[in-house]
Amino acid sequence: MKRFKLPVNVLPIWPALGIVLAVGWITVTIDGGSFFTSSNMTNILQRSVALGIVAVGQTVAILVGSLDLSVAYLISLSSLVAAETMDGKESMLVPAIALTLALGAGVGLVNGLVVTKLRVNAFIATLGMALVLKGYLADNYSRPSGEVSETWKSFGYTRMGPVPVSIFLFVGVALVVGFVLRRTRWGYHVYAVGGDEPVSALSGLRTHRVVIGAHVLCSVAAALTGLFLASRLGSGTPRVGTDGGYDLESIAAVVLGGTALVGGKGRVNGTVAAVLVLAVLDNVFNQLEVDPFLKQALRGVVIIAAVALYARRRLVAREEETSAPPVETTGPTEVVPA
Amino acid sequence: MTEAPLLEMRGITKAFLGSVVLSEVDLTCVAGEVHAVVGENGAGKSTLMKVLAGAYQPDAGEVLVEGEARSFHHPVQAQAAGVAIIYQEFNLLPERSVAENVFVGREPARLGLVDRRRMEADTARLLAELGERSFSPRSRVGDLSVAQQQVVEVVKARSLDARILVMDEPTASLADEEASALLDLVRRLRDGGMAVLYISHRMPEVFAVADRVTVLKDGRLVETLAVADTTPSQLVAKMVGRELDGYVPPRATDTELGDVRLAVRGGGNRALDGIDLEVRAGEIVGIGGLQGAGRTELARAVFGADPFTRGTVEIDGIERRLGSPRDGISAGLGFITEDRKEEGLALSQSVRDNALLGLRSTRRRHNGRDALVEELATSTELRAKSLDQEVRFLSGGNQQKVVLAKWLALDPGVLLFDEPTRGIDVGAKAAIHDLMRGLARSGKAVVMVSSELPELIGMSDRIVVMREGRVAGELPGGATEQEVIALAAGSDPVLAHDEPARERGAQPAPRSGAGSEVGDET
Repeated sequence: MKRFKLPVNVLPIWPALGIVLAVGWITVTIDGGSFFTSSNMTNILQRSVALGIVAVGQTVAILVGSLDLSVAYLISLSSLVAAETMDGKESMLVPAIALTLALGAGVGLVNGLVVTKLRVNAFIATLGMALVLKGYLADNYSRPSGEVSETWKSFGYTRMGPVPVSIFLFVGVALVVGFVLRRTRWGYHVYAVGGDEPVSALSGLRTHRVVIGAHVLCSVAAALTGLFLASRLGSGTPRVGTDGGYDLESIAAVVLGGTALVGGKGRVNGTVAAVLVLAVLDNVFNQLEVDPFLKQALRGVVIIAAVALYARRRLVAREEETSAPPVETTGPTEVVPA
Repeated sequence: MTEAPLLEMRGITKAFLGSVVLSEVDLTCVAGEVHAVVGENGAGKSTLMKVLAGAYQPDAGEVLVEGEARSFHHPVQAQAAGVAIIYQEFNLLPERSVAENVFVGREPARLGLVDRRRMEADTARLLAELGERSFSPRSRVGDLSVAQQQVVEVVKARSLDARILVMDEPTASLADEEASALLDLVRRLRDGGMAVLYISHRMPEVFAVADRVTVLKDGRLVETLAVADTTPSQLVAKMVGRELDGYVPPRATDTELGDVRLAVRGGGNRALDGIDLEVRAGEIVGIGGLQGAGRTELARAVFGADPFTRGTVEIDGIERRLGSPRDGISAGLGFITEDRKEEGLALSQSVRDNALLGLRSTRRRHNGRDALVEELATSTELRAKSLDQEVRFLSGGNQQKVVLAKWLALDPGVLLFDEPTRGIDVGAKAAIHDLMRGLARSGKAVVMVSSELPELIGMSDRIVVMREGRVAGELPGGATEQEVIALAAGSDPVLAHDEPARERGAQPAPRSGAGSEVGDET
């Protein structure tokens, strides 16, 4: 049986992105709108940045066999810490960035330690962290607070021609994380631990360190997202993370990008494509003025359908494997039945 | 052979929860030797290897590598001392490439970046030394066959500079050709100066590849001898030659047999073909055969778990279509599975909940259930602190009684037992056997899959022997072990393989000159 097969290195989400773009273009054009304009493309890219950065971090957490539900609250807190530390002063720009990233690293460290040393399931551990952060935010903030410096504010809006500068942040994070995963020993270990922790441990890997490192990276990415959103909004906002739904959206993007939820398999570029798919969908729905609730429902359907397709691909692949002629048993070689 | 042996194990003793699985076992292995370890199931082969691997700590005895006492508390320590183990369940990452698997945790790096080229070149070199050309260092391990994955494990061991290689039933899931290629590989490793411990119970392989053989029986060392000085039938006698210790309840007499309760005609599915089987009320029919012959598959097919796709199944004379376990249960079947912890019990639930599991899932009436559980606990002589005790705290024998109670609550007419006494101590075994016989006597039809020959022979009124998914033949109860084995293996293996062993092993054409390359390398 011949079947169209993608080249090994192209994840199916990239052609899917092409299809979504084409369908979006057609429907928007029929609707009388314009799709492939530079302002609209800019808009799509701009909207991908925040989800993109946090989703790249989430990819690492999921690859190692864990996951992080605390990113949304961490994003909110990061935006506040960044804006309040800057307080509109240029001189505080670098310290504020450093402090925010350190906050992210700290949260990731705690997540990782709880998951590995206390053996709390990652779902519960990071949900717990989410609740802790939520409580802190609710207790201390009810409205936007702080003010980012002018340079940082301009970072969120500057463009080079049609390309928003902030897109480089997303692309940069994706490239660096992708490179780390594919080229460094640590990256290899992330795949190994996520693939099979006992096997990795038997091969002498210090699996806990790998998991903790992945959580730190994931949380730092969330903190970076918080920094970026603070730049867009000009101040810190206690609900910016949860309003964006970055916890579940980032996980959805990772899975949509072809990363196995059980870990050990997947790539950053799949997540990038998935983030773009979600952004294009959003854009198309907005242009068509789809009812916001229906829009949510449609996104849900798209995600479920995509994951169902992945499951089907795997099933088909497995059946092709097992439908090969059965291996002859070894016959008269055994003396005592096992 | 004058130097200190590469590996020496002295007086290894190991007990689990008071049951001794290894008792003062000695084993030595020198460089350039293939040393087979043979014995029946439960003889202690695997435990011995796990002690060597550092997965278990022995209660007594010591392990010496090159004359130096070592104690391994973690498999990584054993690895560092040059001991590599290839388990039946491979330690490989299916999603990663061959090279990535070989070097997992030890990736060569330059400036912090993995030197993929070197990793792949090294892997390619090791593969070439072994004469393996059917896959490349970049192949995804999950895409390889079992035989190829085994080669990956060997390459991994060699890249770790292992000098002692332990292979646990390496040919268990290989086809003939693959198995002989593997034996070839083992010989080349030996010629390269490795000490290979080869665990198997397949006589032809042992005689084809091993230099010496150690026989274990019931956790004790029977004898270590040169393969050249013995014959397969002598070895088999040493492995199985034992009194039928354990008590076995008397068999059914002809007058006790009733109508046919279970009849399978022409049954087949992916694993089975042409199955004809009849079991009468009052009868225990044993299902024997080698591993992979389709014994468990038969039980699962009858029960509806992996249904027959051809043929018919009749229960009490009525033809039934059994497409799921639920169908099987409503047709009056009970299936005591091989793995009680995975498939038989909800371990963290109480005795009561487990005993009622089947009833609650299939029947609606709720009356008199507590009384029923009490009654079943009594009739199975279950020993638990209370009916509310979690079953994971019970012994294996008592757990099995809970499984049995679960089925008896449904009052099935046909009971399928798959390895009913696996992992159960001797006393409890007899109790289970008594229960089985009692059930038969009460008019149930009993099918018993067993790989323990004494059990199969002692318990069965008739023995149906499976081979390659088919019924190979039938023997009366009380047949000899030799008869069962002969039928299971398709010939009389004991006689057929009595000729000198070396020649048989030489059959596969050696691959071009690869052996000497291995030798040069080490």
